[in-house]
Amino acid sequence: MATLQVELVAVERMIWSGEARIVIARTTEGELGVLPGHAPMLGELAPGGVVTIRTESGDDLTVAAHGGFLSVTEKGVSILAETAELSTEIDVERAREALRRAEGAGDDPETVAAARRAQSRLRAAGQDA
Amino acid sequence: MAGSLRALRRRIRSTQSTKKIFSAQELIAGARIVRAQNRVEASKPYAREITRVLSALAGSASLDHPLLTERAEARRAAVLVITSDRGFAGSYNVNVLRRTEELLGLLRNEGKEPVLYVVGRKGETYYRFRDRDFVDSWTGFSEQPGYTDAQEVGRTLIDAFTAGEDDEESGAGADGILGVDELHIVYTEFRSLLSQVPVAKRMAPLVVEEVEEFRDEEPERSTEVPTSYEFEPSAEALLDALLPKYVTTRIYAAMLEAAASESASRRRAMKSASDNAEELAKNLSRQANQARQAEITQEISEIVGGADALVSANADD
Repeated sequence: MATLQVELVAVERMIWSGEARIVIARTTEGELGVLPGHAPMLGELAPGGVVTIRTESGDDLTVAAHGGFLSVTEKGVSILAETAELSTEIDVERAREALRRAEGAGDDPETVAAARRAQSRLRAAGQDA
Repeated sequence: MAGSLRALRRRIRSTQSTKKIFSAQELIAGARIVRAQNRVEASKPYAREITRVLSALAGSASLDHPLLTERAEARRAAVLVITSDRGFAGSYNVNVLRRTEELLGLLRNEGKEPVLYVVGRKGETYYRFRDRDFVDSWTGFSEQPGYTDAQEVGRTLIDAFTAGEDDEESGAGADGILGVDELHIVYTEFRSLLSQVPVAKRMAPLVVEEVEEFRDEEPERSTEVPTSYEFEPSAEALLDALLPKYVTTRIYAAMLEAAASESASRRRAMKSASDNAEELAKNLSRQANQARQAEITQEISEIVGGADALVSANADD
């Protein structure tokens, strides 16, 4: 079975790279699944979005990615994010706390962004947000 | 004589304890260089990817984004200086500040008014002491900069740059904010453990060659950049979102390099300081030994002299 070469990079470090069967992401235009052989494309990830990578072994890798881009080439997929966290690394309690704080703190762009980040962390961890 | 011996011993003790401080600093700086280098390495995949994406975009979108276009009349130029928060780093800050002065002179010659933005407490004190204005400064992270720090700096600079778009000869344009027309950055490039060079670079308007330069480093990648990309949303909207991030990434990279350079300079400075302290302690203990010897000799001759006097006094009886 054909696979995709996926690279997930955040600014401060490379988070994950490897072979995957499918990458599911949400761009500002809508939900999108990338299978091997997808046409080259470049998309901006929706704020507060979650990226799902189904690895070669069939496991799902869920990632909270913020301020990111998705780039698909013939060789594979790279996901660029300003910050990204794997679902396994997410501290649900802290994310909830951050969300509560951000929601109560008004609506300047900074706080809205913080709320979005917290939401996507919760979603990636499989919680309701 | 006894007094000078005591003074010497006191100086030896104090030299030895400062030496301990220096060598501790040296060790800390040494460990920090490694960490800083790792962070530089870790940030490379992102920089590479974003450059690749940008080159792909640049091929498809029309390049009339404000961050890419040269302004007809550049009046004000922002200069971001990256210095350290702490001293004890030899000529690190002096060098980067000297390079900044050169750039400022150059800009003034071109008829542009330089506007300063400072990172690091040392730079801040330098300009404050000389009563020179700077617009903004950020401190407290020079040794371990995080991306959020770079984002903050980047946002401020890009806002100033965007605000400068409609400025007129007489002052601020329609938006009432006096912005800038160019962005420059001065930081210390980490070449090797022994060589760190202060460099000045222009960040905006971005030069497309800089994208090319990255391609050259990764020749095998440049060939795979396909010409027909699909864009979601439009290429222009993507460029809008991507360029500020690219500028921020470059600021972040500069900060990381500067942090590595800072630690390397500090380690070198502390190494020579502790070497000097050791040398000094050695010389001082030689002097102290000499003084001690002289004291003993004097005591002996005093005793002998005293005994002689007694003997001759007895003989007289």
